[in-house]
Amino acid sequence: MNIVVLVKQVPDTWSERKLSGSDHTLDRASADAVLDEINERAVEEALLAKEAHGGEVTAVCMGPERANEAIRKALSMGADKAVHLQDEGLHGSDAVATARALAAAIGTVESVDLVVAGNESTDGRSGAVPAMLAELLGWAQLTHARKVTSDGSAVTVERETDAGVATVEANLPAVVSVTEKINEPRYPSFKGIMAAKKKPVSVLSLADAGIDAGAVGLANAGSQVVSSAPAPPKEAGQKVTDEGNGGVQVVEFLSGQKLV
Amino acid sequence: MGEGKGMDTETTEVPGDVFRDVLAQISDFVRTRVLPREIEIMNTDAIPDDLRAQAAEMGLFGYTIPQQWGGLGLDLVQDVEVAMELGYTSLALRSMFGTNNGIAGQVLVGYGTEQQKARWLPAIASGDVVASFALTEPGAGSNPAGLRTTATADGDGWIIDGTKQFITNATEAGLFVVFARTQPAPESGTGIAVFLVPGDAPGVQVGTKDAKMGQEGSRTAEVTFSQVRVGPDALVGSDGEVGYRAAMTSLARGRIHMAGLAVGCAQRALDESVSHAASATQGGTPTGDFQLVQAMIADQQTGVLAGRALARDAAYKYVSGEDRRIAPSAAKLYCTEMAGKAADLAVQVHGGTGYMREVPVERIYRDVRLMRLYEGTSEIQRLIIGGGLVRAAKKQAS
Repeated sequence: MNIVVLVKQVPDTWSERKLSGSDHTLDRASADAVLDEINERAVEEALLAKEAHGGEVTAVCMGPERANEAIRKALSMGADKAVHLQDEGLHGSDAVATARALAAAIGTVESVDLVVAGNESTDGRSGAVPAMLAELLGWAQLTHARKVTSDGSAVTVERETDAGVATVEANLPAVVSVTEKINEPRYPSFKGIMAAKKKPVSVLSLADAGIDAGAVGLANAGSQVVSSAPAPPKEAGQKVTDEGNGGVQVVEFLSGQKLV
Repeated sequence: MGEGKGMDTETTEVPGDVFRDVLAQISDFVRTRVLPREIEIMNTDAIPDDLRAQAAEMGLFGYTIPQQWGGLGLDLVQDVEVAMELGYTSLALRSMFGTNNGIAGQVLVGYGTEQQKARWLPAIASGDVVASFALTEPGAGSNPAGLRTTATADGDGWIIDGTKQFITNATEAGLFVVFARTQPAPESGTGIAVFLVPGDAPGVQVGTKDAKMGQEGSRTAEVTFSQVRVGPDALVGSDGEVGYRAAMTSLARGRIHMAGLAVGCAQRALDESVSHAASATQGGTPTGDFQLVQAMIADQQTGVLAGRALARDAAYKYVSGEDRRIAPSAAKLYCTEMAGKAADLAVQVHGGTGYMREVPVERIYRDVRLMRLYEGTSEIQRLIIGGGLVRAAKKQAS
């Protein structure tokens, strides 16, 4: 079973994240960049599928040069190779354009049976790309998976949303997006890190992947951020000193805020 | 230049860009997996099984063992960087695989025959075998000249008799690297040999785990060898004279590692102090606003920076062969004394809180005390440095 896993480099959620002043896109330079945590789980799931059914795992990433750190992490965990879609023209792409670009990049990988992605990234958080990608590829979409099983020809997932848990099944090829509950990602070994350096990474420009430059990027985005402001600093909270009636005071406070 | 035999192990097998990823991985492991469980390690006096398994799977038992034998093949310059990360948390973590990568494993890497390496190193690198360095005796520490354990020639093999103490990881050891005086004594040379003794060899008796001041989770014990018979293949390097040199080399290398470890401890003590001073208040003022507290933090930071620079420099000089005698001792002396002061100041910055169990600096204060004692006390380091310099000057004058 040949599996593509989508990986994205995001600013570390522990570092200060901000938008750039000029075009309101993410200021990638100002924060530590890491492989998105949800992608580590996606990689783990892809590796488990490979271990069960054989085949190859290809990590596909769209992002600037620096994103190769996220790719290396996926390779050190055990992915076999990677495709890095890297082009200035992609800067500021919205979810639709991202899905289009990823679909083209996936098209360069031979006979893909399954695409595994995180359900949403920790930076953009649109949560739309996996579904859009499935639509563009013309494949089934099984999103918000908390459990994935496959017999090699079909894939079954437990889909968990606020509405409840549903078991859904589709024939391959398909796109699966996974949630935080899916698994505990493995820790790369030193040998895995050593091996990652020798694994092939194919770096593609828009032209290489056959993507129309007029369909992606900030200028062609369906929506635009026209202004942005940093979140106001947190105001000092109200301290309640417990002198025997602390519990009552807390409930009174919450009730005053109409929270209980 | 140093002794030719160990030289090839001082070339790294890991290029800089890959090492950066390895180090980031170790740092992540220490800070996100081990650090949150320091209190558990302290209270149970053990490294939890899942952390041990993770460390083994990652490759932490063999990061200095050459790749040919299943390790990663870091050199001492890289080892020091790793040590600075490992020093950031409970020292018991490092202790668990410290003897495999360090003093015990390095004797095999530097002086073992090909057969001895093939037999033991792969299992040492994977963590399947824990190797212990059995040099110290009740009457002989850093100077192997005082050894009383004997190895008596018996046919083509040897019979080992003696008692070793404070042996790290003895309770888990699958292999003891045992230093002993050969009998009958040779006409020339040191007469000190080193043997590979399986942990389950008849006559090997490991005492109960020592109760210690700190470093909970790390295990030391007394080991008695009573009429332990080993074959000729147990003699390291097939050479009865290798022991003294192997001990000296392994200890010198270990001292630089120890310096790095101490810098890691001091950095943690500093970080804990700064974060406490920035948040804890006295009369409504953060204690870090008081200049006397700032002065303590400044002294900690200065020590950490100086220690880090010294440990790195000593490692470079060791790997290049420029200095394998004076700098290792100077680095260990300075960095472990510095860590002791940094830990003491950390308790002071924390005030009464710093004396409480389960506050990290209280543990660090007890943990680092050992660093000035093991692998050569501060006094031994001073003797090596001072004595070495004077001897060299006399030699030049004559």
